[in-house]
Amino acid sequence: MDPVLEVTDVVKEFVGVRALDGVSFAVRPGEVHALVGENGAGKSTLIKVLTGVHRPDSGEVRLRGEVVSFDRPVRAQEAGISTIYQEVNLVPLISVAANVFLGREPRTRFGLVDWARMNRDAKELLSGYGIDTDVKRPLGTLSVGAQQMVALVRAVSTDADVVIMDEPTSSLEPREVETLFSVVERLHEKGIAVVYVSHRMDELYRICDQVTVLRDGKMVHTGPLNDLSRIELVAMMLGRSVSDIREHGATAFGEDHNAGKEPLLEARNLVSGVRLSDVSVSIRPGEVVGLAGLLGSGRTETARAIVGALPLDGGTVLVGGKALKSGDVGAAMRAGVNMLAEDRKAEGIIPNLSVRENIVLAALPQLSRFGVVSRDKQDRIVDTFVKRLRIKVSNPDQLVSELSGGNQQKVLLARWLCTKPKVLLLDEPTRGIDVGAKAEVQALIDELAQEGLAVLLISSEMEELLDGADRLVVLKDGAVVGELSGDDLTQDKVLAAIAGEAP
Amino acid sequence: MTAVTATAGGIDRARVARWLQEYGVYVAVVVLLLFNVFFTANFLTLGNFRTQLVQAAPVCIVALGMALVIGTEGVDLSVGAVMALAASLIPLYLGAGPIPAIAIALVVGLAAGMFNGFLVAHVGIQPIVATLALLVGGRGLALVIANGQLVQLHDKTFLALGTGDLAGIPISVWIAGVLSIVMALLVGRTTFGRRLVAIGGNRTASALAGLPVKAVLVGVYAICGLLAAVAGILATARLSASDPADIGMLMELSAITAVVVGGTALTGGRVRILGTVFGVILMQLVRATLIKHNLPDSTAQMVQAAIIVVAVYVARERSTR
Repeated sequence: MDPVLEVTDVVKEFVGVRALDGVSFAVRPGEVHALVGENGAGKSTLIKVLTGVHRPDSGEVRLRGEVVSFDRPVRAQEAGISTIYQEVNLVPLISVAANVFLGREPRTRFGLVDWARMNRDAKELLSGYGIDTDVKRPLGTLSVGAQQMVALVRAVSTDADVVIMDEPTSSLEPREVETLFSVVERLHEKGIAVVYVSHRMDELYRICDQVTVLRDGKMVHTGPLNDLSRIELVAMMLGRSVSDIREHGATAFGEDHNAGKEPLLEARNLVSGVRLSDVSVSIRPGEVVGLAGLLGSGRTETARAIVGALPLDGGTVLVGGKALKSGDVGAAMRAGVNMLAEDRKAEGIIPNLSVRENIVLAALPQLSRFGVVSRDKQDRIVDTFVKRLRIKVSNPDQLVSELSGGNQQKVLLARWLCTKPKVLLLDEPTRGIDVGAKAEVQALIDELAQEGLAVLLISSEMEELLDGADRLVVLKDGAVVGELSGDDLTQDKVLAAIAGEAP
Repeated sequence: MTAVTATAGGIDRARVARWLQEYGVYVAVVVLLLFNVFFTANFLTLGNFRTQLVQAAPVCIVALGMALVIGTEGVDLSVGAVMALAASLIPLYLGAGPIPAIAIALVVGLAAGMFNGFLVAHVGIQPIVATLALLVGGRGLALVIANGQLVQLHDKTFLALGTGDLAGIPISVWIAGVLSIVMALLVGRTTFGRRLVAIGGNRTASALAGLPVKAVLVGVYAICGLLAAVAGILATARLSASDPADIGMLMELSAITAVVVGGTALTGGRVRILGTVFGVILMQLVRATLIKHNLPDSTAQMVQAAIIVVAVYVARERSTR
């Protein structure tokens, strides 16, 4: 059968970065096609090209055999390509029915909205996909999963030929995931093509028949999914060799070299919503523990839960044997636990303040007397850290937003270090910074561990984890699936644990 | 104002906008002063300066608190109502002497501010809605307390706050000046002030840095309420009557105007105390100038509107830089 939607040799560049580098991709009617790849592989860019958000620099997009060029997302929708995003893009305050028919409301003879027909049709549509809900309720009163379903029904009810789902299950409960799968099944039967983006192996193998793997903006594989084992798929996504994974078997719990010491930080059975289902991690003084796992496996959430930035539904965090009050960042900091957040811009720097103020922010009380800030003490501490971390600034009063990414990251590290922490949680500490700064930050992590800090290191880069960490905890779908240390710290073993295959 | 923009033509726009936001208000005040010196009869008299400053003092005090609130990305619409509340309490307790009466008015102002802060920080209501509640309810309560009546006041000590002098300068102007300095130090030199600015700049990051975000927000609104009460007391003393129906009417708008004209962006993360003080002086001068040249109050309002638009435009230029 001819592909319903096809792209050939698509190139898309953003100021110097090639997000898509000659990618070809085709999906046939009735096919459920998995699109996989790690963060930055180009999945979102490809989706945006398909839906008319971006226009390719070169290459062509064909819909039902004809070359098309969408200048706006709505054109792609009109042409029969519907998209369901991770986050629900509907209007929470208007009714379910109104959302389903938003922009194409049925009219009466007088050109007014025909509410009766709209409600009736909406009810019929939704129950056709096994969703029973009062369509007159405001959408916002439904659970996130139910809202996701409404978005899905809206998407498929527009006579779409292709439905693109970008991580549709990331906020769904297990029961809702089942409903979603039945919808996908129905689409499949109706001959509608589905492009399915997800990091969850179990889901992919359950509902998809084809797979396309992207890595660094290139298409590295396309073909039937069942021809690939899970390990092969993970290896392809990460760009590693598969050769002897099977021989090594899967997860192994080895000894660790710091075994004698008592753990400084212990997180026990953390549970939080659908993101964390059961994570236990312990870190000893002087130890660097790495968190490995694919995107969405709960790495960031683990760090946030430990520091109190993510509310816990269960589990405890102990520092030096004492339980931390959950959901209280201030309490975690007073106990000596700090987190370097993943999103430096949104959650790290205060852009309108100077380098000096950004560094001393968390340590203000220690640098003040009776609430009045001591400039002298500030200057001393800022000076120390600017030198020690080799932060390149013209002077400490420079605005932090004027610094390069690497230097901003160092400013944030300095912010935590001047509170004299015992435990540092580093979430992607080297992302988006240049090679030189990266090496410096990595060396610094080592140095800090030698000084007795307990470090939790989160990174998407396998080398960084393998080189940097003494012990690796492997996460999958919000739970620990393996722990590796010593001689077991090899790529292959990590991959095997991530893939979750029995030996 | 026109003189400033004319000399600026031809240079890099963004830099001009930045410079204007930084110093525009000072330049405008100087230009307007010079204009008046040359073209307005009886401008350079002690009496005139007194009048202008006495009129500006309550607005200035309220605007100081408003500057803090706006620095946290918030706004406090209830300041006028809090002034009315403070005013309505004065005659009830003046019998016990001026000090208890003032103390009670201040405590109520503080409580009103804390209530706003609680709604914003703990309940999570947007500042504009949270303080709107007290804008409506506060004045209503004040009218209930005062029985809807204007009450003449006769306590000499209390009235001295509105009419008295200290070293040749009106007492209310002293108070506004001292409070301005206190606020400048609070913002610039204390942990509280630096935290306030950080929270306004990036609330998520501040929370992750372990700052007591909620406590700081409650504190900021509490200070704003307290300052509004001070302004209410001074305005009452000057009027020598408690008039909860009329006192502080539209004060919230005057205060926001002064803050914005003074170069504090509504997007938070920055508090300019000196700029705010000059913003108050500028708006006062504009009105005085137009009135002295026999233009009606309605014209003054339109000119004020134009100045606000320019100030906001300049702020916008900067943020899209």
